[in-house]
Amino acid sequence: MDGLNIPLNHILLVSSLLFAIGMMGLMIRRNIIFILMSLEVMLNSAALAFVAAGAHWGQPDGQIVFMLILTVAAAEVAVGLGLVLQVQKRFKTLDMDHANRMRG
Amino acid sequence: MVMVNLILILLVGGVLALLSERVNENMPRRVALAVVLFDLVYFLIHLSGMPELTQLQAPLPDDPSTWLMHFKADWIPAFGISIEFALDGISMLMVLLTLVLGAVAVSASWTDVIVRRGFFEANLLWTLAGVLGVFMALDLFLFFLFWEVMLIPMYFMIAIWGHENRGYAAMKFFIFTQASGLLMLVSILALVAVNQSATGQWSFSYFDLLNTPMAEATAHWLMLGFFIAFVVKLPVFPFHTWLPDAHTQAPTAGSVILAGILLKTGAYGLIRFAVPLFPQAAMDFSYVAMVLGAVGVVYGAVLAFAQTDFKRLIAYSSVSHMGFVLLGVYAWNELALQGAVMQMVAHGFSTAALFMIAGSLQERLHTRDMREMGGLWQQMPRMGAVAMFFVVASLGLPGLGNFVAEFLVLLGLFQVDPWLTAVAALGLITGAAYSLILMQRAFQGEPNPKLVDQGLMDFGRREMLTMAVMMLALIGLGIYPQPILDIAQPVLQSLLEVTP
Amino acid sequence: MRELIWLIPLIPLLSSVTLMLAGSRLPRLMIGIAGVGSVGFAALLTLGTGINFMANPEPFQLTLWTWMQVGSFAPGVAFYFDGLTLVMMSVITGVGFLIHLFSTEFMERDESYARYFAYLNMFVAAMLVLVMADNLLLLYLGWEGVGVCSYLLVGFWYQNSANGQAARKAFIVTRIGDTAMALGLFLLFTELGTLDIQAMVGIANETWQVGDNVALIACLLLLAGAVGKSAQLPLHTWLPDAMAGPTPVSALIHAATMVTAGVYLIARTHGLFLLAPEAMMAVAVIGIATTLMAAFTALMQSDIKRILAYSTISQIGYMFLALGVGAWTAGIFHLMTHAFFKALLFLGSGAIIHCLHHEHNIFKMGGLRTRMPVTFWSFMIGSAALAALPMTSGFFSKDQILLQAYQMPGMGPWLWLAGLLGALLTAVYSFRLVFVVFFGAAKTEPDKDTGWRMALPLTVLCGLSLIGGYFIIPVQDVFPVGSGDHPAHWVEYVSISVPLFGVLLAYLIFHTGQLKVDSLVNSRIGQTLRQFWLSGWGIDWLYDRLFVRPYYALSGMLKSEPVDAIYGLIVAINQTFNHWLSAAQTGRMRWYIVSMVFGLVVLLTLALQISPEVL
Repeated sequence: MDGLNIPLNHILLVSSLLFAIGMMGLMIRRNIIFILMSLEVMLNSAALAFVAAGAHWGQPDGQIVFMLILTVAAAEVAVGLGLVLQVQKRFKTLDMDHANRMRG
Repeated sequence: MVMVNLILILLVGGVLALLSERVNENMPRRVALAVVLFDLVYFLIHLSGMPELTQLQAPLPDDPSTWLMHFKADWIPAFGISIEFALDGISMLMVLLTLVLGAVAVSASWTDVIVRRGFFEANLLWTLAGVLGVFMALDLFLFFLFWEVMLIPMYFMIAIWGHENRGYAAMKFFIFTQASGLLMLVSILALVAVNQSATGQWSFSYFDLLNTPMAEATAHWLMLGFFIAFVVKLPVFPFHTWLPDAHTQAPTAGSVILAGILLKTGAYGLIRFAVPLFPQAAMDFSYVAMVLGAVGVVYGAVLAFAQTDFKRLIAYSSVSHMGFVLLGVYAWNELALQGAVMQMVAHGFSTAALFMIAGSLQERLHTRDMREMGGLWQQMPRMGAVAMFFVVASLGLPGLGNFVAEFLVLLGLFQVDPWLTAVAALGLITGAAYSLILMQRAFQGEPNPKLVDQGLMDFGRREMLTMAVMMLALIGLGIYPQPILDIAQPVLQSLLEVTP
Repeated sequence: MRELIWLIPLIPLLSSVTLMLAGSRLPRLMIGIAGVGSVGFAALLTLGTGINFMANPEPFQLTLWTWMQVGSFAPGVAFYFDGLTLVMMSVITGVGFLIHLFSTEFMERDESYARYFAYLNMFVAAMLVLVMADNLLLLYLGWEGVGVCSYLLVGFWYQNSANGQAARKAFIVTRIGDTAMALGLFLLFTELGTLDIQAMVGIANETWQVGDNVALIACLLLLAGAVGKSAQLPLHTWLPDAMAGPTPVSALIHAATMVTAGVYLIARTHGLFLLAPEAMMAVAVIGIATTLMAAFTALMQSDIKRILAYSTISQIGYMFLALGVGAWTAGIFHLMTHAFFKALLFLGSGAIIHCLHHEHNIFKMGGLRTRMPVTFWSFMIGSAALAALPMTSGFFSKDQILLQAYQMPGMGPWLWLAGLLGALLTAVYSFRLVFVVFFGAAKTEPDKDTGWRMALPLTVLCGLSLIGGYFIIPVQDVFPVGSGDHPAHWVEYVSISVPLFGVLLAYLIFHTGQLKVDSLVNSRIGQTLRQFWLSGWGIDWLYDRLFVRPYYALSGMLKSEPVDAIYGLIVAINQTFNHWLSAAQTGRMRWYIVSMVFGLVVLLTLALQISPEVL
């Protein structure tokens, strides 16, 4: 426990910043690839918070959830890239504003 | 275990029927018929070991071992949910009715269904499985599960194989039943919670939930939840409007099952759950229910008279007939209850047969509009005679089952409220009016010139055999109803003791 | 013999079922043998039982099985046999047999020969059950059974919608009475605890005083049933229309047997009616009112069968009068003689219609006296009995009714006078028929004469109509004994002479034409009355406006299912919300994300505002 001791608050701040950046990306970008990347950022920010909290409380749970998030992220990318291909094929564009067939 | 097997046979049989379509497209109906008949025989074999009808023991509400059959296995013990089935006289009658009419329904689908036959027969068998579950489950959670199970395949049957307006009808059917089912679910959960706070034990078992102590107002609301779920199914004025659409649009086999069996689950639910679980509340409410029943009897009959669609007319006649069941249940004395049980059985046969006739007509004429029929007796005398038989049965001719039912209901009701009896008795007159107009419009009168040279086929051997079964059943019920009465008697006896 | 009476209704029933199942494959001869033979066999069995019974006139009861048992409600399929039953059974099987025989010739060329006999046999079986029933529920079975058979036979020629209309009318109008009767059964069972007629009357006598209100209501409900079935005011309108059926059917069902079921019902339950004097009074008043109403109507009709139909209504009115004044035996006696002579008249008219190319209008007939002698004599004898000319069967029965009506305390003489007026009218209309149809110039030539299968029943019925008045019916143990007094002799003389005067009137008006009534008929008031009576006193018109049209209007109004409008409202509300909310569904993902984030921010802010301590 001696090594570098970063206060929890700092890490949480970084995590929040990352989450906000991801969220902004999600809101602003139209390209689906960037949207997926923003999602990854958000997932990782949550994962960072878990790891930090786990370290803070001295519990393994945080790292376990990190593993879970890692898996989810991988699965998401797999599905997401599949969707990217489909979108490209059907709409000939990666602009998500054009894929709005589900409007009410 | 017998009861679980009864349901499993149908579920697995449904899968078999589905798969058998790959062998041959005529295979599914044979498989379905074999499965239903096998189930029936299986049930009868296990019944043959029962005591004589006249010596049946009264099934005590607090002691499952006095019932004819009882089965219990843990399912979700944390909440006291178990797989609990039990069989008494009334459920036994209903199971028999379901299986016999199930076979009739398969016969009705024989030439009626031409696309995706495997899936159709599978849905039919799964519906039957759901209905059997409803009639036998005595764990309320399990009961609700089966209540939903019978709904979904039925939805598919209407939505896929129905007539011109099937989408609307199927959706209406689904929403009415589903919404009322949710009310029941809420009531079930609340009842369990009340019981838990009183006894400290979670249990969904009927036997534990009887005699749950609760405040009067609570009992009233919970009773209402059950009541609405069951009367929507029955159906009772003013919750009946899904029925004419669903019955009219469903394929013949679907109408047979809907009218013959599914409506009875509502009546069964009233007798088994709505009244015994909340005896005092039900008694307080009985007058309202009886008024609804009497209004339904007359209203259904008047509307049936106005219809020009053959199947719609029969559908409204069901509304009228089910009004008698509601009257019988809420008059709550032995005569009226016996009448209600009798009506459930007799109406099952008479209406199923009328729907089959409607289906045969539609198959031959491609219309259900009675204005385009007329004088059909001349070309199809056998069908005409059979129709005449079931029409006079449905108007309550003494000597046939429906008369016994209606007479007992009215006789029992008279002891409770003579004036309501007089109103309900109007149904006998209006019933005659719509029944005979049906005969007139379709089978009598001048033959429609458009139909004369069409070479219409009269009933064939398969159809006559199916009809003969139901005719014999109605005659039997009419002149010697005692076996049915004997089977139901001990159950009703113990139910009557539950109420104040 | 006594243990076998269940065979009597069973044999016609079996024959009926056989004909229904296999009728289309049997040759005509076989159908005829089955149809007529089964009723003949039943008649023989009835005869045997009757002889046995007369030797030892002790009523007996035979229970076949318990029909249904629910608590103390346990009506059996059980028969009761006494003198009254015997009379009724003899009429049903005896007259029934003759009419079946007549039918074999009448329906010879009909393509639905087997169906006809199947229905007719079933009718006989149901009618037998009705009169043999030991309890009111089984009686009700027969009661409804004959109703359905009547429906089937009136609408026998179903290709014509008018026949179907008449059949439905017959069934539904009688069903109104039947429903009232069913309510009567409920009341009786609820009050007395049984429906077995003998036991019930016994308990009623212990429970109720004379004049008890419940007894009155019960009797009135039973009376309503009887009124419907026996075509009395106000439920008589179905009978004239029911003439749409084949003529032998009219003879059997709508003259001899079924329509008298109401009389039988009241006679059978007379023990109850004696407890309710007001109900008895109602029976008498309904009877006499119907008699007069129908007699005036019959006077104006020109359709031969409608004349007879109204005459039937009128004669049953006499039977009701008899029951109402407590002349039970006379009522049943008139029932029997009426069965003879009215069956005779109907069969005679059937013969005329059969030989005259289905002509019904009497003014297109004429001069048939020499061309159809058997029929002519049948009509002469039948009409004489109907008009109650001395020494015919109708004379004995009607005379008894009038004399006993006179003796009724209170309004007796008035009832007698009204009855006399009815008798006068009866004589006039029946001989109007005879003179118009059989005398004068021929207008339509018959294309054939009657064969033996028609002639034989006519001859036998002629004999019965003549000597039927000398029969002694074995009902002395069934009904309470009357006072045995006789009114003054002048009453009797007047009663005898009025019908003779009526025949004379008819002779003068319709045969010789010496008595000119044209000016009277053609006057304005005469025309109005004529029209009024011809239409049956406008009762059909009234019912059409009062009940039929409103019912059609009501059902037409409800056809669009007003209840569905409520659910339609729920649907409409949902759709409106759907419309509003779907504006938010742009389909753009970024819009969704922005709104989610925005919502989250709002929610978090709110949460912080409300309870800051959670953080």
